[in-house]
Amino acid sequence: MARTLFQKVWDLHAVRTLPNGQTQLYIGLHLVHEVTSPQAFAELRERGWTVKAPHRTFATIDHIVPTAAQARPFADLMAESMTAALERNCRDYGIRFFDLASGAQGIVHVIGPEMGLTQPGMTIACGDSHTSTHGAFGAIAFGIGTSQVRDVLATQTMSISPLKVRRIEVNGQLRPGVFAKDVILHIIGKLGVKGGTGYAYEYAGDTIHRMSMDERMTICNMSIEGGARVGYVNPDETTFEYLRDRPYAPQGADFDRAVAWWKSMASDPDAVYDDVVRIDAADIAPTVTWGINPGQSVPVDGRLPHPDEVPDSERAGIVEALEFMGFDGGLRVLGTKIDVAFIGSCTNGRLSDLREAAQVVAGHKVAPHVRALVVPGSQKVAAAAEREGLDRIFQEAGFEWRRAGCSMCLAMNPDRLSGREVCASSSNRNFKGRQGSPTGRTLLMSPAMVAAAAIAGEVVDIRTWKPEAVPALA
Amino acid sequence: MSKIEEVRGRAVPVHGDDIDTDRIIPARFLKTITFEGLEQHVFEDDRLEAKAQGRVHPFDEPKHQGATILLAGANFGCGSSREHAPQAIKRWGIRAIIAESFAEIFFGNSLMIGMACATLPADQLQQLMALAEEQPDLEFRLDIHERTLSAGDRVVPVTMTDAVRSALLSGNWDATALLLDRYEEVEATAARLPYISGWDRAAV
Repeated sequence: MARTLFQKVWDLHAVRTLPNGQTQLYIGLHLVHEVTSPQAFAELRERGWTVKAPHRTFATIDHIVPTAAQARPFADLMAESMTAALERNCRDYGIRFFDLASGAQGIVHVIGPEMGLTQPGMTIACGDSHTSTHGAFGAIAFGIGTSQVRDVLATQTMSISPLKVRRIEVNGQLRPGVFAKDVILHIIGKLGVKGGTGYAYEYAGDTIHRMSMDERMTICNMSIEGGARVGYVNPDETTFEYLRDRPYAPQGADFDRAVAWWKSMASDPDAVYDDVVRIDAADIAPTVTWGINPGQSVPVDGRLPHPDEVPDSERAGIVEALEFMGFDGGLRVLGTKIDVAFIGSCTNGRLSDLREAAQVVAGHKVAPHVRALVVPGSQKVAAAAEREGLDRIFQEAGFEWRRAGCSMCLAMNPDRLSGREVCASSSNRNFKGRQGSPTGRTLLMSPAMVAAAAIAGEVVDIRTWKPEAVPALA
Repeated sequence: MSKIEEVRGRAVPVHGDDIDTDRIIPARFLKTITFEGLEQHVFEDDRLEAKAQGRVHPFDEPKHQGATILLAGANFGCGSSREHAPQAIKRWGIRAIIAESFAEIFFGNSLMIGMACATLPADQLQQLMALAEEQPDLEFRLDIHERTLSAGDRVVPVTMTDAVRSALLSGNWDATALLLDRYEEVEATAARLPYISGWDRAAV
């Protein structure tokens, strides 16, 4: 019978149906970081269990890493103790740890793929909701909580119920100035922040299949913002070429054998879906969030909803968001003055994101009132960007060029907003307080749009914006 | 591993949809290697915001102190996978959450720590929230056998899947022991995976 990739991967990894009615699912790759794992390891010790498959377990530090001064011990004692706990746990249980000295440290969802650990047909788990990112490779990747991290450490399996599958087909040419980030913000805006609950999202269509792996990762990364715990793209030549020669990918003849298997895991052409949604790429504009969840977005030149013109069931949420953000309904987000510009995160902290932003920035200066940060997603991204001279482009423009980490996406490190600052951000969440100030405000957009906002000092439409020439010389 | 058959106690209503885990427990409180003390910071920024606006957050209302049942809106617990969110709520004293709907990871995390979650239609929730506000001492009771929520004389059926119900009733919400049971089947599954990972050869 024809099956989707989700069903094939599920069937392959299902151990048995548990007495609690859920499926025991085998996990092929477990990625661990410092925030959601210490309590899991502590419980493991307490209950006398061990790590069943240390060779399938890899760790890094990302959330709490300072991105400016990285000398140990970290100035923040809690950050230091979390790091020390992970070091000890990895040492005690024989887990490969991509630490700061490794040259391969970075945001867990950036390094898994770039090391070639993330591969098609696998099940992947990580104690982080953006684990859906790895689905870009045709893996089924679950964000899990700490008790499930404990279960995966102790058993290499977890107890879970199957998901339905919604195919989201995007077809046609994206218009100039429209990026993968705009595609996923558009999808979430259309289907809602809870539209994906109970579903895995299969992203398909010619637009998606023309995308690079970096772009597909941006799309899959934000599945969870649409309520879908899992998002994936069927593997194809783009996937295989990305993986070729990566450190942890199969090599030589093994690689060719792996490709044959990976191809067989893609959804069958006549697979049946629980739901299908079709989106015309030409309808997507550069998209910016104006509210306090990632579904509250508009085309950059569009108008914000007016509380008098929305359904009763949505009014309270929209009023709350407009009040928190200090926006008036019916006006535009275009022209909103920003205080901070942040380029980075597991959504948009990869080399191609930095290239797109650098292209906008080159030869211009960050507006005097704007604090602007570029935070590469990994040490390898940083090194590659530096080889291309992107760090110089950013620094000459007045951006700070930082070390790899989650940085200002979630403010568990020194990078954060203060007071009611407005941040143009390439990250994934605009929740109240997300960027570290309880009253701070986040506008999500593509890295190129963040770069343009940094230069202009306000939200601009990258399709029409012309930066003022920097006066020659000095 | 304890069986959970019912949750009794007073209810605290938290209005609003899409209440995310950053609001339930702001990220700065995740800088810890235990879950201890998280209850002190549950909804911290929402509570501060309410105070600044001259309102009182339900978790600060004297009349709701000691409540064991949380009534919430749609998509409760969306966002991050941090188990710190249900941990903070549970450590504050909540044993069951009845919402219009839940975000999936939050729901699973709650079940994993033995906090019962069930859903009700929006109109019934609104009525029960109003009731909890008007009569804060009224005893609510979530009956997991019957899948009902009662408040005084009023009894409404709640939605709870068979899997969740049986996990709570049997005590199997803590699944690790189940997962370790019959481990030879896990090993058999692992052995037949056609992975050609290349991991063994990696010299990084």
